[in-house]
Amino acid sequence: MTVDHAQANTRATILALTGITQRFGSVVALDDVSLTIRAGTVHALLGENGAGKSTLMRVAFGMLTPQTGTITVRGTAQRMTSPATALSLGIGMVHQHFTLVPGMTVAENVALGGHGRFDPLAAAAEVRAVGATAGLTLDPQAVVETLPIGAQQRCEIVKALAREVSVLILDEPTAVLAPQEAAELLQWMRRFADAGHAVVLITHKLRDALAIADDVTVLRRGRVVYTGAAAATTQDQLRIAMVGNAAADVIAETVSAESISAHDRATAAVRPAARPAASPSDTPVLALTQVSVRDARGAMRLREVSLSVARGELVGIAAVEGSGQHELLRLLAGRLTPTTGQVTRPEQVGFVPEDRHRDALLLDAPLDENVALRGAGGRRGRMPWRMLRAATAAILSARDVRAAGPSAPARSLSGGNQQKLVLGRELADRPAAVIVENPSRGLDFQATAAVHAALREARDAGAAVVLYSSDLDEVLQLADRVVVLFDGRLVASGNDREAVGRAMLGAT
Amino acid sequence: MMRSLTNWLTSALLFLAAAVGVLSLLLLVTGHAPGPALAALVRGSVGSGHALSTTVVRAIPLALSGLAVALAFRAGLLNIGAEGQLLMGACAATAMGGVMATLMGGSTGSDLAGGSRVVALLLILIAAAVAGAAWAGIAAVLRRRVGVLEVISTIMLNFIALSITGWLVRGPLQEPARINPQSASLPQGLQLPVLLPGTRIHAGVLLAVGLALALWWWLRDRASGFRLRAVGGNPFAAASAGQIAVAHTTLLAFLVSGALAGVAGGVELTGVTFALYENFSPGYGYTAIAVALLARLSPVGVLGTALLFGALEAGASAMQRDAMVPSVVVSVVEASLILLVVAADRWRSRGAAEAGV
Amino acid sequence: MELVAGFLESTMRYAAPLCCAALGECVSERAGVTNIGLEGSIIAGALGATIMAGVAGTGAGFVAGIAAGVVIAAIFAVFTVWLRADQIITGTAITLLALGLTGTLYESVYGTGGVALSIPTIGAVAIPGLSAIPVIGHAFFAQPLSTYALYLLAPGLAWFLTRTHAGLALRAMGEAPEAAIAAGIRPRRTQLLAVLFAGGMAGLAGAILVLAQAGTFAERMSAGRGFIAIAIVVLGRWNPLGVAAAALLFGGASALQTLFQAMGWSGIPYQLFLAVPYLLTLVVMATSGSAGTSRPQRSPG
Repeated sequence: MTVDHAQANTRATILALTGITQRFGSVVALDDVSLTIRAGTVHALLGENGAGKSTLMRVAFGMLTPQTGTITVRGTAQRMTSPATALSLGIGMVHQHFTLVPGMTVAENVALGGHGRFDPLAAAAEVRAVGATAGLTLDPQAVVETLPIGAQQRCEIVKALAREVSVLILDEPTAVLAPQEAAELLQWMRRFADAGHAVVLITHKLRDALAIADDVTVLRRGRVVYTGAAAATTQDQLRIAMVGNAAADVIAETVSAESISAHDRATAAVRPAARPAASPSDTPVLALTQVSVRDARGAMRLREVSLSVARGELVGIAAVEGSGQHELLRLLAGRLTPTTGQVTRPEQVGFVPEDRHRDALLLDAPLDENVALRGAGGRRGRMPWRMLRAATAAILSARDVRAAGPSAPARSLSGGNQQKLVLGRELADRPAAVIVENPSRGLDFQATAAVHAALREARDAGAAVVLYSSDLDEVLQLADRVVVLFDGRLVASGNDREAVGRAMLGAT
Repeated sequence: MMRSLTNWLTSALLFLAAAVGVLSLLLLVTGHAPGPALAALVRGSVGSGHALSTTVVRAIPLALSGLAVALAFRAGLLNIGAEGQLLMGACAATAMGGVMATLMGGSTGSDLAGGSRVVALLLILIAAAVAGAAWAGIAAVLRRRVGVLEVISTIMLNFIALSITGWLVRGPLQEPARINPQSASLPQGLQLPVLLPGTRIHAGVLLAVGLALALWWWLRDRASGFRLRAVGGNPFAAASAGQIAVAHTTLLAFLVSGALAGVAGGVELTGVTFALYENFSPGYGYTAIAVALLARLSPVGVLGTALLFGALEAGASAMQRDAMVPSVVVSVVEASLILLVVAADRWRSRGAAEAGV
Repeated sequence: MELVAGFLESTMRYAAPLCCAALGECVSERAGVTNIGLEGSIIAGALGATIMAGVAGTGAGFVAGIAAGVVIAAIFAVFTVWLRADQIITGTAITLLALGLTGTLYESVYGTGGVALSIPTIGAVAIPGLSAIPVIGHAFFAQPLSTYALYLLAPGLAWFLTRTHAGLALRAMGEAPEAAIAAGIRPRRTQLLAVLFAGGMAGLAGAILVLAQAGTFAERMSAGRGFIAIAIVVLGRWNPLGVAAAALLFGGASALQTLFQAMGWSGIPYQLFLAVPYLLTLVVMATSGSAGTSRPQRSPG
């Protein structure tokens, strides 16, 4: 699997970024960053959320024009002004959030960006041809929005390959995949690189990086803090590089476990965390009995699901995208009524949805109005603004939300501070149940730690907590008990990482 | 507070100056001397007691329908239908006025006791509000039940309301002599009282100010008003985080908005025209959109922009009379004002976005 | 038969300008821009056509009409495509602006007296053979050249949207702008061209009103056709052929008044017939499911 590094070192540089500095207003996102990608290699770009990985690659792909720095492709300096330029130079990118047109077919998506006449038959033939060469199967006539997430990702890759790219940048490609799918994708990357191309793998997972990469570069706060051959690098070196020496010591206990020690626990029992003092009682706080949900289009999203969550218990849900977890969480949170079956839940439920911009915040409204939003549906009479402003100030200080004050608009907060505000709001009245969905998505390291601490604290205080995260490691890290959802059903699973991963894909 | 007011005034004056610049340019291009024309504009809007009175009278329907638009927009509803709701309000007020007049048995009503005059006027205005709300309710139901966008449905309903008005003044509501396509004039007892003797400023001005303050208070201080703003700000978060019944809140906003526009029609009928005719509204409902937008959807701000637009339209009549400048030129000024505000907002938010990342 | 032929002819008369404007708006909306200011481009097109046709003939009139529509759309584009301002607010202002500008210019050029203005019009060109088909022949195949252009444009645009890369790019821009940008499509250029095309088509619609039908100009003669065209786009489900069919339906509904008058039905007042097309639009949109929301119309920023 690893290549001969003596030989690899002589390999030609295919893409070089030199002295890149990218500022947004007063914030320096990239500070004099240099990166060299060689043909025939997989280059892992590591770093915590917000370290600048994606920003750097957006520069390489022509989506951002840096203030300083040069980009050299196969020895020639280039002005990378748009993705179109990058593609014409053989650089392709698969974004973390796919850039597919949902209502179009695979063939149309792959053909997007071409010129002249569009021939659907020829386009379909090309998808099949590219797919066959690369070993990626896809139905060219399928409409993208009907495809499972793994197939959508294959479509993204085929889209790039159809442009005959020789450098493929993949941004957190395994984040949305089940473990087995992720493993297949990593193997595919290896083969692609071995054929003389290059892959840049953006990830925060050390396991993925060290498994297949030839070269590793670590970014921290917009600077390159480590670069070297993967074979000569240890996990500890990478961990310290990613979070910094001091921080590593402080937070290693709580957070780094999910990106690092999850690997060590790959075959260990699912519930490794030491139980806190408060023990769960047997009274179910949340219960679903034979619950089914049919969506507006008539498709079954949940089928006869039964689940109960006790006081002081943190239940984790493991599932691949679209397995019904979205509906399950909303049933428990009282945001969705079941088609059949019974839901038992307490009056007060804290709910932290994954898309906070869409579902949790009034971005243009001040923070106190955002806090007032909780329970607004049932409020009568006057708005007690004085009290609400005080409550907001209390949340800001208790949750360490960095904001100008209760009157600052929610939009002015960073993602992490917005999430801390939402969490603070939902936990403020000590609800008996807390439902959270991808609570750390897009958050940096400290914010993630704060969110996890808050969830544990709520559990320890006696709340029934249900967590779903698309990052299986996060689920395994936090949950007292893991349940697996596949195709709208709760399925039995073994209790180690392997078994959960298989169950997520419907295998037993 | 003082500083934000000063800022607001400064930017308002700047916008106005720019709009006057656009106007002058247009006047030059079309071969009119800007000086005399602008002088006529000022004279006709604020130059005399009579001019001021005209300005205020013009502002009243703009303020009321502007409030209707502002409220709907605050709730995230693109109610372009204030014109139709206003017309239906005027139709209902005419019908109710006819009933009242019949009850009064042909007297002019000037001898009507104060109490019964108030009741009669109230009933007329309530009829106008109900009709406006009902007309907006059609758009609400169409949106809720079958997902027809309110932008489209309210525009269609405007045209339908215009047809209905045209038919009513030639049919059921036509004046007894059946000569002119208009309704019978309201007897004096059913007309809104004039506030300042010697002017045409009627009691509708109190209604507009009162409703603006009430709306401001409701949106700011009441739970239901907050729900309406939350739904307008982000319906998904309102439903999910706030557990707000979005459909119910939207319906309420539609109905209140329609009622306000309906009242505008009723007030114009009982305060100014006293009779219904086909071109009853010179596009108040459309200008109201500009009024609301320029006021940044603030109910109290609507009073200010309505006065400004009232002045422009009063001045435009004078400009046409004294300087032979087509009065339609004020549309250009109004449009320029909206575009300037939009552009300024975008520049500002762009600057903020770049500094804030 | 006479009645039916007459009904069809007047259907075509109502439908042609609406179809023209709606086809343009269809393209613009597929690119993610809803132009509520379409009305402004129509009235500007009508005045542009009037002025130029009086000076240099009908051909120049059509060109001027299209150009005037494009100019108004360009102002709209500066705000919505470049500054990313709200499309509805900007569109409302643009309509107001164009109605004011055309009114002022018209009165300045031709005087306020409302002198009956007479402008040369283009005649109908009968297609030999086809125009002799009983009942429908004359209505569909003895039309001004502008109508024949629409016969070609509707299927042409359908082909463009599904069978050219530019069409794919345009649809991607409307449906998933991030995806379009990532595929190397230039977002502003794509939307700008779409908006200008829509403006040109609306200007052409205005020119048709003047040069192929009325033979004169009147203030506000666009009479809400821009708004109706937007409804027609929704009715036609953002598909050029569907849009053409919806325009015919609307034209037919408008022509009913002529038909019923011809049939001597005086029982139903003429005023109410004016409401039929709008009522029909509402009914069709209400009964064809979630017509108003079947396709997300959004734009980045």
